[in-house]
Amino acid sequence: MTESLKTTPLFHQHQHLNARMMGFGGWSMPVQYEGITAEHHSVRQNVGMFDISHMGKFLLKGPHLREQLQPLVPSDLSQLVPGQAKYSVFLNEQAGIIDDLIFYFEGYTDAGLETGKLIVNAATTVKDKAWLLEHLCAEQIGFEDVSAAQVLIAIQGPRAIATLQSLTPTDLNTIRNYRHQAGTILGQPAWFARTGYTGEDGFEVMVDPDTGQHLWQTLLDAGVTPCGLGARDTLRLEAAMALYGQDIDDTITPYEAGLGWLVNLDKGNFIGVDTLQAQQQNGLKQQLVGLEMQGRHIARHDYPVCLNNETVGKVTSGTFSPTLGKAIALAYVPPSLAKPGTELQVMIRNKPQRATVVKKPFYQRAKP
Amino acid sequence: MSFEYPEDLKYLDSHEYVRLENDVATVGITAFAIDQLGDIVFVELPEVGDDLAQGETMGNIESVKAVEDIYAPVSGTVLECNNAIVDAPEQLAADPYGEGWLIKIKMSTLAALDRAMSAPEYRAKVEGE
Repeated sequence: MTESLKTTPLFHQHQHLNARMMGFGGWSMPVQYEGITAEHHSVRQNVGMFDISHMGKFLLKGPHLREQLQPLVPSDLSQLVPGQAKYSVFLNEQAGIIDDLIFYFEGYTDAGLETGKLIVNAATTVKDKAWLLEHLCAEQIGFEDVSAAQVLIAIQGPRAIATLQSLTPTDLNTIRNYRHQAGTILGQPAWFARTGYTGEDGFEVMVDPDTGQHLWQTLLDAGVTPCGLGARDTLRLEAAMALYGQDIDDTITPYEAGLGWLVNLDKGNFIGVDTLQAQQQNGLKQQLVGLEMQGRHIARHDYPVCLNNETVGKVTSGTFSPTLGKAIALAYVPPSLAKPGTELQVMIRNKPQRATVVKKPFYQRAKP
Repeated sequence: MSFEYPEDLKYLDSHEYVRLENDVATVGITAFAIDQLGDIVFVELPEVGDDLAQGETMGNIESVKAVEDIYAPVSGTVLECNNAIVDAPEQLAADPYGEGWLIKIKMSTLAALDRAMSAPEYRAKVEGE
């Protein structure tokens, strides 16, 4: 590695646990501690935690904040109530995805200003910041980048809420899915968001670095499994959640990526709306599907997808699913081949391997 | 982390090991390489009877996070494949030098292993990485 990587405030905790580290989005991050499969199962069956302090974290404040953000996203932010979060994307003029993000609407200051947080991908933090500052009314909007200043820990799994609850007076059960709230943890200020990237229930907790280190150790002592980016990838892939830079990028539109549910064409003008309207009328050239491999071969990023020896698409993500015990993948194919049950092949080291289109997500947790 | 590297084996740069018994080479993957790969989910081996040339790709080994080629450490004909490992690749890590062997090759020349490393040489190489 030639470029020097940034480290999160939990770097020494990762070293202490003998984590295997790798560069990711400009940060030195843990890939695994004990092993990807064991960490994966901990999150599905019990509780695991991830250091996600590398993610971009912006604090925004201003008059009509949501109105100012509306042209940048295809989702309607106007209906959000204080304490509600919304998954969305920034789009370019061609409706290509600049990044995916979660906007957390907080509410109003005494002076009537709206406040909110934006959490974006690590590798795109600089690009997103520039895009926001270019498009928001700079003299009106307060913009603070706390990406390097705050710790973000995701606690995920069926036992996540119970484990975390013992450390905070905030009643976590009253914070519903995709809601968030400020409170305290271990006696220090904290922010709780019931969001995640694993397909399990859980929270993402933002605290200052000292509290973050204390919280990490406390959770470790409570038996929470530390999990790296390896398990984060297998978990999100089973849940068929897109990874920016791999499944989605600035050449892919939300409709193609299966993110049509976050597009609201009636909400008023926004960047990329023309392309999306055209796609809605004329149809798509490609769309993201789930593939299940018939054998144990793993289809990986950029492998060609074929039908009768003709390339019809390509794989964007693939892994061996620890929960299903099968190799799974996400791939772009023409809509005519996107129906579940369609038999395709993935070219793996120059040999076609059988794959079947299946419904996404690959895994869905049983709702209580 | 330190791993076991049996003294009676020869080791390759590409992390295969070879156990020589007369003109038969038993080939596997070192404990170091298995640890680097992480959870192994798939092993693909050549067929019995295949002729292999030293240095050519004879199969591959796939973990949750990566896929690596396995190179033929010697030239010869495949005598036997360890189908138990193909069926249960996750067992490879438990006993890489015993039950975790991959294939047996009947060597076409005995001089081929001159460039392979001894156990201490291999240990020095991987622990210095």
